[in-house]
Amino acid sequence: MHTQTLQIDNGVNVNALLGARQALAQAPEAARFTWRATSRWVNGTHSQATVEGYHGLGDEQRHKQRFHFDTDHPEVFASEDHGATPVEYVLVGLAGCLSAGIAAVAQHRGIQLRAVNATLEGSMDIQGILGMDSEIRNGFDDVRVTFEIDAEASREEIEALVAQSQKRSAVYDILTNPTNVSVTVK
Amino acid sequence: MSNASRRAAASCRAATVVVIGAGQAGLAMSHYLQARSIDHVVLERGEIAHSWRNERWDSLRLLTPNWQCRLPGVRYAGPDPEGFMTMPEVADFICRYAERLTAPMLTGTTVTSVHPVEGGYHVMTDGGAWRCRAVVIASGACSRPLIPALARDLPATVATLSAREYRRPSQLPEGGVLVVGASATGLQLADEIQRSGRPVTLAVGEHVRMPRRYRGRDIHRWLDTLGILDQRHDEVDDIVRARQVPSPQLIGSPEHRTLDLNTLTDRGVALVGRLVGRRDRTLQFSGSLANHCASADLKLGRLLETIDDWCRRHGLDESCPAPERLAPTRVPRSPKLSLDLGRGEIRTIVWATGFKPDHAWLHVPVFDPRGRLRHDGGIVDAPGLYVMGLPFMRRRKSSFIHGVDDDARELSAHLADYLANRKGRPGMSRSGIARLHSRGSLCL
Repeated sequence: MHTQTLQIDNGVNVNALLGARQALAQAPEAARFTWRATSRWVNGTHSQATVEGYHGLGDEQRHKQRFHFDTDHPEVFASEDHGATPVEYVLVGLAGCLSAGIAAVAQHRGIQLRAVNATLEGSMDIQGILGMDSEIRNGFDDVRVTFEIDAEASREEIEALVAQSQKRSAVYDILTNPTNVSVTVK
Repeated sequence: MSNASRRAAASCRAATVVVIGAGQAGLAMSHYLQARSIDHVVLERGEIAHSWRNERWDSLRLLTPNWQCRLPGVRYAGPDPEGFMTMPEVADFICRYAERLTAPMLTGTTVTSVHPVEGGYHVMTDGGAWRCRAVVIASGACSRPLIPALARDLPATVATLSAREYRRPSQLPEGGVLVVGASATGLQLADEIQRSGRPVTLAVGEHVRMPRRYRGRDIHRWLDTLGILDQRHDEVDDIVRARQVPSPQLIGSPEHRTLDLNTLTDRGVALVGRLVGRRDRTLQFSGSLANHCASADLKLGRLLETIDDWCRRHGLDESCPAPERLAPTRVPRSPKLSLDLGRGEIRTIVWATGFKPDHAWLHVPVFDPRGRLRHDGGIVDAPGLYVMGLPFMRRRKSSFIHGVDDDARELSAHLADYLANRKGRPGMSRSGIARLHSRGSLCL
């Protein structure tokens, strides 16, 4: 490990992450995580989702507190706009995932970060969700993320951080690769 | 079975060491065993240098220049040190090398099983059985093509073949071709198939980009000079990952040309992301092409920076041609994410998705949960068992022709020690055998 790691602090405990990697190599079943959310329809396009428990490290786990998220649509969709649209939450998830990755990789590589700002855009043609044209998909046809990063590193090193964070990002993977989704009624 | 092999099968022959495979790795090991006067036999399923002669496509030349083709005690002495050998030339080079060795080489002899027995191993072949104290596995890293599971049940209208079966474009039906994989193999096949008039789509995942020449020297000269090829397995951060890195996008050609994704784009090859899924007739590609290309460009930039650094430090900045940077890889604005095989536009899929060794005949519990051989730089996790020639096995160059020399020298020394330390001892304990022995009939 770089001696620099001791002097820089991005608030990421890399040693804990590396330790987890070693421990999980011995007990791969503990690496199986299940993330959960529950949701309650409120009215119209407004729903409220809750996140609290999850499964991992071979046991039930719990966040320090219960988190609530309102999803809705804006007034241009004749909705009441009680929260971000579900697709905006996808961008929020991607931003959080890539930024966390950048911090972790930077810590591991001995790079002190000062600011990591991301702007995300996802574009779609809503003729898809309105069922007007079967050739047009419902979801994003393009997602663009722009990072502005201030760090004690060269431009190439910063670009490498961003590249590596995509390689290790769950949400980036979820967005770029197909996933089996099953939706059932109880 | 011939009379000779029937006679052989009836008895069990003995050698101190059995070397499995007569390619560069097995022969280099034979050289060092001979130098140490360790009695051994080399068993070869086909002919000497079999895979080089029979399991490569027609146009392939080595990715390493001739000057780099060396085996223990032999260097290239021909007229074109900077050139690249064709496959028949490689096979001849290895066959000539075999003539220098004195150990018996049994060609046309396929090993069907290896079992641990008291004091060593029992090696069964289609030409009889062998008893030995140690075994060196040198049967190659590319015995079985790695083909993704989604290849099963593809529409019958699409022909599929692996890079091992591919020989030349004319072997393929007319029409579009999907080449899966962007290592040296994938790029070379995409290039020549596209030139044959069959429009190619290339699925690109993680890859390693390299120019053929840089600042007046072959890239392999630089890798050699910088000591990158000599990096040892115990010197890198993550050896498991290092062993999985695909081969650099290189081609050995008389023109010393560079082959990269931009070359292919110029020729009209369509780039798509990694092949990640299939729903019925539709193949799905990852949306990660841009990042894979950006990562490879950054990595290439770091390599060229290292070379430039070296030039500066060695006062060669003036005498070497000036540094340059390659144009970034051009990624299509929106690469295709899916491809409906039912539409008939793709007639053939070529899997350039890598290879794995075939150790199905090795009945010794030395495999990790993923079926990979457990070894420490070629010293397999069972007494007297060694392996040669796997990617980054002991050094980054382990799977290269010139890489087997150092490995064979060191492993033969370890093997000699092992044999010496076991002399006069009662041999492997019964419980040791019970632990190692899986099943099968033994000749004791």
